[in-house]
Amino acid sequence: MRKVLFVFCLTGVAQYSLAQEATVVKFDRLHALIETKSDQIQVINFWATWCAPCVKELPMFEALHATNDPDVKVTLINLDYAEKLDKVNSFIIHKNLKAEVLLLDEIDYNSWIDKVDKRWGGAIPATLVINQKTGKRKFIDRELAEGQLEVLISELKN
Amino acid sequence: MKKIVNLFLLVSLVFLSTANIPTYDIGDIVSEFTLRNVDGTMVSLSNYKNEKGVIVIFDCNTCPYSRGYNSRIIALHKKYAPLGFPIITINPNDPSRSPGDSFKEMAAQARRKNYAFPYLVDEKQTVARSFGATNTPHVFVLKRESSAFEVAYIGTIDNNSRAASAATKHYVQDAVDALLADQAISTKKTKAIGCGIKWQD
Repeated sequence: MRKVLFVFCLTGVAQYSLAQEATVVKFDRLHALIETKSDQIQVINFWATWCAPCVKELPMFEALHATNDPDVKVTLINLDYAEKLDKVNSFIIHKNLKAEVLLLDEIDYNSWIDKVDKRWGGAIPATLVINQKTGKRKFIDRELAEGQLEVLISELKN
Repeated sequence: MKKIVNLFLLVSLVFLSTANIPTYDIGDIVSEFTLRNVDGTMVSLSNYKNEKGVIVIFDCNTCPYSRGYNSRIIALHKKYAPLGFPIITINPNDPSRSPGDSFKEMAAQARRKNYAFPYLVDEKQTVARSFGATNTPHVFVLKRESSAFEVAYIGTIDNNSRAASAATKHYVQDAVDALLADQAISTKKTKAIGCGIKWQD
């Protein structure tokens, strides 16, 4: 009986850890992702649940995350309003997103947008790929074409 | 040899100039445009003969930011049209990519919200391209310069798309107030936070 209970607990824990939720963050968290020295290539995608082209390209980022490449870290920066957190979390469950999702709760875009990239006009989807070791970065302020993400990463790896 | 070098320079110059399609910046004179309004009439910038300026807003029916700003756009017209700064809204979205932005849906939106200003369709997207509009809503405050209009402010309406009452910077209002008071605009350019314009392929 004890064994059964133990297994029960274990599955409970496993399920809990799989059901990921968005973390509500301020700009400092995103800024740290962009600026902090890391051995990993940072792949940062800006999206929202209401943005159809964003939702369409999410599987590309999920596929990249699923490769478990130790040199690559995928972060999905969600730009829904903070009061839509429940909607974002049900979206995450529905789409079974595994890559880390951070809901950026910073409504005054003009106070931080240039720190992501000066060329960014403020529309999504947008994707930032950074190799902090070489200082190389790529910023794409539109929907990615099939296979474009892999090309960006291989360009930054060298 | 010199000729070849010259040719090279010329080619690279041509290349550079086509790579950067000129769009309006602060201080530029706006070219005339004529577009169809939701009521079927044609509206030209030159129709505005006596106004001190015009607030041109590239907008649409479908973008959550446009919906969030809609009542603020209506309020801006109500406040500033009598002071000589009426609003013109222009929808540049390709309806084949965004069916909610068809001419019929635009007309329905203007009726539903009782628009007191034009809601023009930029079918060929040429006006949006010449302005350098990228998002909706994307505001261009124009001020009169003798018989033409000059760009005075480009960007977003205020700094809180979620709630008008929570905004602490009212860029468009401040720009128009400054123009009305014959003062310098403190913030002439911001990023127009919104949805990307749905361009034709």
